Amino acid sequence: MKKLHYILFLCVLLAMACRTDEIVIPSEYDRLPVAPTPNCNPVGMYVLNEGNMGSNKASIDYVDFENGLYARNLYAERNPSVIKELGDVGNDLQIYGSKLYAVLNSSHKVEVMDARTLVRIGQIDIPNCRYINFHEGNAYVTSYVGPIAIDPNAQPGAVYRVDTTTLSVTGKCTVGYQPEELDITDGRIYVANSGGYRKPHYDNTLSVVDLATMRQIQKIAVAPNLHRVRCDAYGKLWVSSRGDEATIPSRLLVLDCKEPSSREMVVTDTLDIPCSDMCINGDSLYFYSLAWSDKLERNVIAYGIVNVRTKELVTDNFITDGTEKEIEKPYGVAVNPANGDIYVTDGKNYVSSGTVHCYNRDGVRQWSMRAGDIPAHMVFLNREE
Amino acid sequence: MNNPSRRLIVFVAMLVTTWVAWAQTDADIDVDIDSISMHTLNEVIVTANRFTEVIPSQKLTGKELEGLNSLSVADALRYFSGVQLKDYGGVGGIKTVNIRGMGSEQMGVYYNGIQLGNAQNGQVDLGKFSLENIEEISLYNGQRSDVFQTAREFGSAGSIYLTTRRPRFKEGARANLKAGLKVGSFDFLSPSILCEYKITDDIFATFNAEWINSSGKYEFRYRRVTPAGEVAYDTTAIRENGDIDAVRIEGGVQGYMPRGKWKAYMYHYTSERGIPGAIVNNVWHRGERLWDRNSFVQAMFEYDITPKLSTKVNAKYAFDYTHYVNNDDKLIHVDNIYKQREVYASWANKYTILRNWDVSLAYDYQWNQLSEYRDVQRNTHWVSLASAYALGDCFKVQASALATIVDEEERGRDEVPDKFKVTPAVFLSYKPFERADLVLRAFYKQSYRMPTFNDLYYTDMGNAYLKPELATQYNVGVLYDLDRNDNIFSFFRIGADVYYNKVKDKIIAYPKGQQFRWTMLNLGVVDIRGIDAQAMAVFRFPYQIELTTKLQYTYQEAIDITDPNDNYYGHQIPYIPWHSGSAIVMLSWREWMLNYSFIYVGERYNQQENIIYNYTQPWYTNDVSLVKIFRLKDVVLKATLEVNNLFDQDYDVILNYPMPKRNYRVGITVEI
Repeated sequence: MKKLHYILFLCVLLAMACRTDEIVIPSEYDRLPVAPTPNCNPVGMYVLNEGNMGSNKASIDYVDFENGLYARNLYAERNPSVIKELGDVGNDLQIYGSKLYAVLNSSHKVEVMDARTLVRIGQIDIPNCRYINFHEGNAYVTSYVGPIAIDPNAQPGAVYRVDTTTLSVTGKCTVGYQPEELDITDGRIYVANSGGYRKPHYDNTLSVVDLATMRQIQKIAVAPNLHRVRCDAYGKLWVSSRGDEATIPSRLLVLDCKEPSSREMVVTDTLDIPCSDMCINGDSLYFYSLAWSDKLERNVIAYGIVNVRTKELVTDNFITDGTEKEIEKPYGVAVNPANGDIYVTDGKNYVSSGTVHCYNRDGVRQWSMRAGDIPAHMVFLNREE
Repeated sequence: MNNPSRRLIVFVAMLVTTWVAWAQTDADIDVDIDSISMHTLNEVIVTANRFTEVIPSQKLTGKELEGLNSLSVADALRYFSGVQLKDYGGVGGIKTVNIRGMGSEQMGVYYNGIQLGNAQNGQVDLGKFSLENIEEISLYNGQRSDVFQTAREFGSAGSIYLTTRRPRFKEGARANLKAGLKVGSFDFLSPSILCEYKITDDIFATFNAEWINSSGKYEFRYRRVTPAGEVAYDTTAIRENGDIDAVRIEGGVQGYMPRGKWKAYMYHYTSERGIPGAIVNNVWHRGERLWDRNSFVQAMFEYDITPKLSTKVNAKYAFDYTHYVNNDDKLIHVDNIYKQREVYASWANKYTILRNWDVSLAYDYQWNQLSEYRDVQRNTHWVSLASAYALGDCFKVQASALATIVDEEERGRDEVPDKFKVTPAVFLSYKPFERADLVLRAFYKQSYRMPTFNDLYYTDMGNAYLKPELATQYNVGVLYDLDRNDNIFSFFRIGADVYYNKVKDKIIAYPKGQQFRWTMLNLGVVDIRGIDAQAMAVFRFPYQIELTTKLQYTYQEAIDITDPNDNYYGHQIPYIPWHSGSAIVMLSWREWMLNYSFIYVGERYNQQENIIYNYTQPWYTNDVSLVKIFRLKDVVLKATLEVNNLFDQDYDVILNYPMPKRNYRVGITVEI
């Protein structure tokens, strides 16, 4: 009886038991349920999956339009020797020149890769980095932590300047509290300060940094808890505020020059539209909003388009086939400049695989693909010239 | 900065006081025979016939505990079937357990009979409880068998009882003194002292102090290979910021009367530690620090008013202080202080209607307060009614019902609704044969876990409208004992339990809006099915050679059935392995003892979705210890050598929290 028990126990152990070498998880390829489009430009789109904090599960997927493929988890396979893979909490993804830049917030670095092969070129160590933008050979990166403050609870953030050839930090400028996105126009960097860690004393300013001197020259009061900032083709700035989650709701705001002759920006419009993320394509600003309703105990979601020229809402639902109900938590939006296809990512519950959805310009869903954890940031890869 | 030295001074002061006290007692030794009866009585309690327990339990006591390479209560709990340990690694890392897939908030942990609480997050860090003076650890699925207990004890889905060492005196002795020193890997140093003093024949005093210091530095290794088999990377680093400096002081007085007993107890724990944090790409050390002070005083009085009516009163006051600082210069500075207070009182009564029929009625009250960082309080009342009935010698039944009433604080902003719940439990055991020690048992139990202060009020996250989380358990099992005292093959036990649990309204963190803002919702439904099996054999060979073997095995399927639209619907919940088990072999010869233990935790997933990205490999650890006892006149000297993780396995219990490689510990204790 006892012997039998021992044998049974050992069998079970042996069958299920042993540890094997931990392998670098290979990429996975799925076919898109649409016809490949050879000779298209852009040829594809990278997707950065953020991964929940502490999980070290940031990863990069690639949508191959030319061959009609969805490739999942490319970085680890292309760079197997990088210790602990891509990193923790991806926060931004951009292409500049021939390089792909991934901002990894909790790994305190910007990972620089070859945009075609995804092979690592190097990394730039920037503490608590958030978003990246480029201008004339330099990358500009926002960071939550600037200089050590006398009051440790009121530590301002910073913008770092990085030389994109040497990948070294060449300058730094202190801005507002917990800066988020930044955009560059007319020789100036506009930085959206959130103050997100200072609730209820949110920051409400947009920092203006002079590119030449790397000095903050102005702070424009806009709205509490700013997040996104984007320039349109007319020189206007589109800024989103998250509000205070209590009495002041999220809003979409427009800044324009005070006078045609002046470079000074002022808030010209506050649109009665909550906005979580946006993407400007031509005259159309695609946005979605996601706001928690205490009353309904669920998120209230909207998908819309604003005409940046007229500042009018064109539609309050750019998904026309009713499939938006299948999106649990929109977490990113991008529009293909070539054919007007719209991509919306679904972050779901943050700790399981998200989804990338593709809609055509008429708002009809083309495909949905499983991504990594919290797919959020997308960037298009143009055809090699 | 001066804290370690200050703690050392406190410790030494304690030591000196103890020595003085002991030296004084040494002077007036007188002969005492009565204490031997006390000793025997205790032994009887420990080895009581299994059938007296209606409820399946697992125990680790005295010698077994000494032989296992365990530093904290959490380490020892790994040897119980059905228990899953979450271990963030190292001496100072948080260690919590859950039983049968139900979540650690559903566990009740009782220290000398009174529940340890944490109203803030509902979790008890069992890594903080040293095994130094623990004599017995018992684990009950459901509740303890005895109907004569406090109302709260009927409330948990699973219960762990930690019992500190009971004083036992040699003939003629009035005092016991035990001093110990442990040193080991990670710069581990831990001196301790225990003294027991017999004030009168029926009143004993105990005092115990321990200092734990460790740099927490250990080597860990991450290695990956490509699918082709080449090494992709292989790196070894040192775990940083895992240091701990802690002092624990406990003391108590207990008395025995012909018709009752009483106990008064104080406990104080103070520590400073680093929180080592997750190892992720480009981050090898972090700057989080934690200061902790946990103190409580508790008292118990039990008395048989008449032969049929017994009463028991318990009371406790606890104060917890936590100071958390994030000094990482790459992160936003955080500096928070939390203070928790708890007042608890209980009155339990048992009436014996017939020789084989007991009823009990108990009322418990508790007040909890959390302050500084945010101010909240709550009053909780429990009323229990229980009955135990035995039909002849073969059939036993115990049934209980517990009402829980939570008065939430009146607050304009949150308007947290009050809660009222009644939970039933029924336990049956049946011994079909008079001669054979075979017992069949079954139970059904419902239990609620109330939302914690964090669940209800945490900044942004808290949700005032949370309902309690409900767990329902069904269990059937069998246990067979064979006791052949004089034979070589002297004892054998085999048993198994099959169970089905369902957790409804599971409280889970649900993300709201952007930027990692979460809220708590009653969203989860988990379906848990499993088998716990155990076997044990004791061999007594000639020349005083004794061999004890013990095996535990658990199979568990705990699947998420919240919503068929989730891509993890029907998947095993995080960190619950399908297979787990342990094996212990203890060989003793005269004053030598050699122990080998093996713990196995099978493959599991670190997130809800059972996909390759979340796959976590099995881990298993082989630990060995050698104990030798030297007797020099009245002095007993015990030396211990422990080797943990003998085969130097690199593993994570929790993703990105690496565990130590092979490590050593040497201990010596002197008992007078």
